[in-house]
Amino acid sequence: MYVSVKGGEKAINNAHSWLSEIRRGDVNIAELNIKQISEQLTLSVDRVMSEGSLYDKDLSALAIKQSRGDLIEAIFLMRAYRTTLPRIGSSKPIETGKMLCLRRISATFKDIPGKQKLGPTFDYTHRLLDFKLLADGEYEKAKIEKYDDKEIPHVLSFLNKEGLIQKEIPSGKTSKDITRNPINFPLTRSERLQSLSRGDEGFLLGLAYSTQRGYARNHAFVGELRTGYVEVQFEIPELGIEINIADVMFTECESVNQFKGSKKIPAQFTRGYGLVFGQLERKAISMALVDRSMRWKEFGEEYLGVAAQDEEFVISHCDNIQATGFLEHIKLPHYVDFQAELDLVRKIREEYKKNEQRT
Amino acid sequence: MKNKSRKQWLSYLATADENYLISLWDNLNMKIEYNWLREPEIGSVMVQGKAGVTGDNFNVGEVTITRCSLSLDKKIQGHGYVQGRNKYKSKIAALCDALMQTEKKEIIKRNIIDKLIKYKNNKRNEILSKTEATKVDFFTLVRGEDK
Repeated sequence: MYVSVKGGEKAINNAHSWLSEIRRGDVNIAELNIKQISEQLTLSVDRVMSEGSLYDKDLSALAIKQSRGDLIEAIFLMRAYRTTLPRIGSSKPIETGKMLCLRRISATFKDIPGKQKLGPTFDYTHRLLDFKLLADGEYEKAKIEKYDDKEIPHVLSFLNKEGLIQKEIPSGKTSKDITRNPINFPLTRSERLQSLSRGDEGFLLGLAYSTQRGYARNHAFVGELRTGYVEVQFEIPELGIEINIADVMFTECESVNQFKGSKKIPAQFTRGYGLVFGQLERKAISMALVDRSMRWKEFGEEYLGVAAQDEEFVISHCDNIQATGFLEHIKLPHYVDFQAELDLVRKIREEYKKNEQRT
Repeated sequence: MKNKSRKQWLSYLATADENYLISLWDNLNMKIEYNWLREPEIGSVMVQGKAGVTGDNFNVGEVTITRCSLSLDKKIQGHGYVQGRNKYKSKIAALCDALMQTEKKEIIKRNIIDKLIKYKNNKRNEILSKTEATKVDFFTLVRGEDK
């Protein structure tokens, strides 16, 4: 017999009212607007776009406001909205070599064409709280210098020329869009990369860190890290003309990892790849390291049984919306399930007592 | 050749700052008769990347796009494919695309397209010059044993 229970409607409505009030906070303090969030909390906005898998700054800022700054809740809102959008089509693959860079660094070569450009980074700050920000309005202006508007080549292309690094050649394998088709293991690398790019930053950071500590043999250097705007090219179906339909900020990381060689090919470096929306370099680097560790089969490496090598483990658990959905659902009423467990444990205890009396 | 210039104006319209494009259009105060072929609709385009820059394509994520199509008469059609979710921006883009095929071309070019190009170039220059200011100049310190 299944007994459904109803109730709690008033409690739920009142909970939502209080949520609305508490989201607003002290009414004597000015209310946040969406533009303030999208202009001043840019890296939160970027994270919600990346893991929400939808590039739209205003929507991301709205999601952050609505979720009281709970970024996973905001990502959930973005994902839910994303599913309502008709898909107009797919872009041409982006050309990150033509990126309008805000930042471009290499940890492997000092002198590179296009030079090392730090951009707006936290890297060399002292991580001391800046009490000046408690006061209003003070900020430094960015400095400017004359430049050459030249394309900035990828650093790894130089290693490529010498044959010192493994080449990335299209495999010819067809890949599915993981948001439209169920996942079937083993996956292609493209399917893994799609999954990683929208995966949880914290989870990927933890896994990438585990590879650095020795759980998967792949010591990594950051061959190149770049952040900037890339033109997205899309063919207008009615016209057959390809246009620059959107300008999107990306962070790209190419890692250089230890050698692979065989009887036919002398030792050469291998590589991992990270590409994410926004200025999320911690995530881009993490993605590159985890991409690399999951390529063990392709490079004929040993399977060490560690998490970062196991694509089924990584891909099945890197999506924070799937994860939080399953995790958080256990706080919703499970009265009937639990009643069954309760009956079972009582029965077992009774049998245990009977047995004890017999002996 | 015609397609090349249409590609250019469609690109600048698509990626224009929406408030800027709207103010440019509204300032022209043009009353244009048109019929909808497709009313503005919000959707998305899946953006593709390439694994390791030169390898297989993969899906990175989607970007919001609004599109519409209209006609001025039976011959001239305008298409407004733009970044974001602003239906008015999409309509303006479609109207500009259509008008660029008429004798009003010069007005639209001078008052809208050229200004969008200038706006985008200014933004680009601003980023490039700020990025350049953060370029690292390395120098080596002379060590004692080298003396």
